[in-house]
Amino acid sequence: MIQVKHISKTFQVSRRNAGFSEAFKALFHKQYECIKALDDISFTIADGEMVGYIGPNGAGKSSTIKVLSGILTPDTGSCIINGRVPWKERIEHVKEIGVVFGQRSQLWWDVPVIDSFELLRDIYRIPSVIYRNNLEELVTLLNLEQIIRTPARQLSLGQRMRCEIAASLLHSPKILFLDEPTIGLDAVSKLAVRDFILERNKKHNTTVILTTHDMQDIETLTNRILLIGKGKILMDGQLDEIKRQHCNSKRLTVEYEGKGIRTMEGLRTIKDEKQQAVFDVDLSRITVSEAISDISEQVEVKDISVGGPSIDEIVAGLYQEYKI
Amino acid sequence: MKKYISFFRMRFIAGLQYRAAALAGIVTQFAWGAMLILMYQAFYAADAEAFPMSFQALSSYMWLQQAFLALFMTWFFDNDIFRLIMDGGIAYEICRPINLYDMWFTRNMANRLSKALLRCFPILIVAALLPDPYGMRLPVNVGAAFWFLITMILGYLVVVAFGMLVYIATFFTLSPTGVKLAAVSAVEFLSGAVIPLPFLPDNLRRVIELLPFASMQNVPLRIYSGDIVGEEIYYRFGLQLFWVVILIVLGKLLMGKALKRVVVQGG
Repeated sequence: MIQVKHISKTFQVSRRNAGFSEAFKALFHKQYECIKALDDISFTIADGEMVGYIGPNGAGKSSTIKVLSGILTPDTGSCIINGRVPWKERIEHVKEIGVVFGQRSQLWWDVPVIDSFELLRDIYRIPSVIYRNNLEELVTLLNLEQIIRTPARQLSLGQRMRCEIAASLLHSPKILFLDEPTIGLDAVSKLAVRDFILERNKKHNTTVILTTHDMQDIETLTNRILLIGKGKILMDGQLDEIKRQHCNSKRLTVEYEGKGIRTMEGLRTIKDEKQQAVFDVDLSRITVSEAISDISEQVEVKDISVGGPSIDEIVAGLYQEYKI
Repeated sequence: MKKYISFFRMRFIAGLQYRAAALAGIVTQFAWGAMLILMYQAFYAADAEAFPMSFQALSSYMWLQQAFLALFMTWFFDNDIFRLIMDGGIAYEICRPINLYDMWFTRNMANRLSKALLRCFPILIVAALLPDPYGMRLPVNVGAAFWFLITMILGYLVVVAFGMLVYIATFFTLSPTGVKLAAVSAVEFLSGAVIPLPFLPDNLRRVIELLPFASMQNVPLRIYSGDIVGEEIYYRFGLQLFWVVILIVLGKLLMGKALKRVVVQGG
């Protein structure tokens, strides 16, 4: 159970204009600006939930993760995770969480991955039976058999990321924070990582909080979305709900034989050439089936497909709507 | 405790794999030691009476200094730690159920010890085979050998505890360059790494010997060569203990402060 109430965090950022004279001035009088990284953030996450935390760059996603994992101390507000305040009872708190920062590595650079794992075993004091079981499960699911004996410096990004995720789960944490876990991964690795996270959530009821810019991650992994922008939570809701609210049109692609299609009210032609047409169906006026039956009355339909706007488009729309 | 031991073990093993670096280190240190001894020989040839140590004692001092350089070199830092602080990798360190000060302390101990163990034996063996008065000789007596070992360990801890302060200072300055430069140049001189402290003018020496830097290599090396004897050993030993405690307490206090205001750099 994660309860976050009214958390704010301000950073001081030194700013100056470009150029030599500006740099010289800054030697004597440095100008600071206060940036509100987190501005009155509140939310509650239940055990076993998978939550996608999205927002543009610099919105405060990583800062939130850092507060939740006990690294940053917020200026004001309270946060209670499984009955503890992360930054006050840091050591007790971190025993129960796993964290993956996609842009950093927790593996030791110059030793085989398995050595890093064994060190983590000692650091977290994982009983050897649990360690062995967890390791076996992780090695099989993430396909680490070969790479576990390689020094971390010689791993590819995708291999390393799988090891990072394994490393964060060795001590069977109740909560897993993933800060951009699929950054820079190829399609195969992405799918592997996603499958694994889903599996983990189902089997161990691990709470997962995920920040990402990859909307496919969000779509496959999470039901609930928290949208943050300029340090504020702008929206907190179910993904399906958001999709429904923010897409009141469907896209209809038709391949046909015949002499062309007259569009009815609510159907807008985007493209119609060489017996192929793309239409925009305005759902507030007609239904998809009405549109299809109208089209099939006019021409011989050979192939037809219905699609919504992609989740990327929805999110871009949300960013625009909230002006972030 | 076990976590620190296995952490130590891992850094130690990792340190042992840099064999080429060790070989290069041995050669450099051997050449450097020989050069220093030859330089002092020229001074001693001019007037041996003008110096506080016998030439033989000085040779032993120099060879030990070179052999255990890795334990005592104050200019050696673990750049990974600076990098962690500068690029924000520290985030991972903080989300471990472990005391950060203790972990870094262990890490530095392991780094230095693995380096020293790889390098000391060839230098010690060759130095022992050199003819009088250029070679290294056994300590003056068993007592000196015993106190040499004890004070060497303490000196090593003082060095590591001092290094910790430099790492911690980086939390506040956000770049290690300045602190490192200032610390290194002064401390090298004050610890007796450049010139053995007995060679300094008496008034200056009396002040310098109270500083924590004189509790590093100065004490064990001079006990070995018979320059510090009798009750003075206990006094130096006490001073070393005092500085180890003070530096560690100070480091822990500052680390606590630093972590409260930690800014994870680089997003």
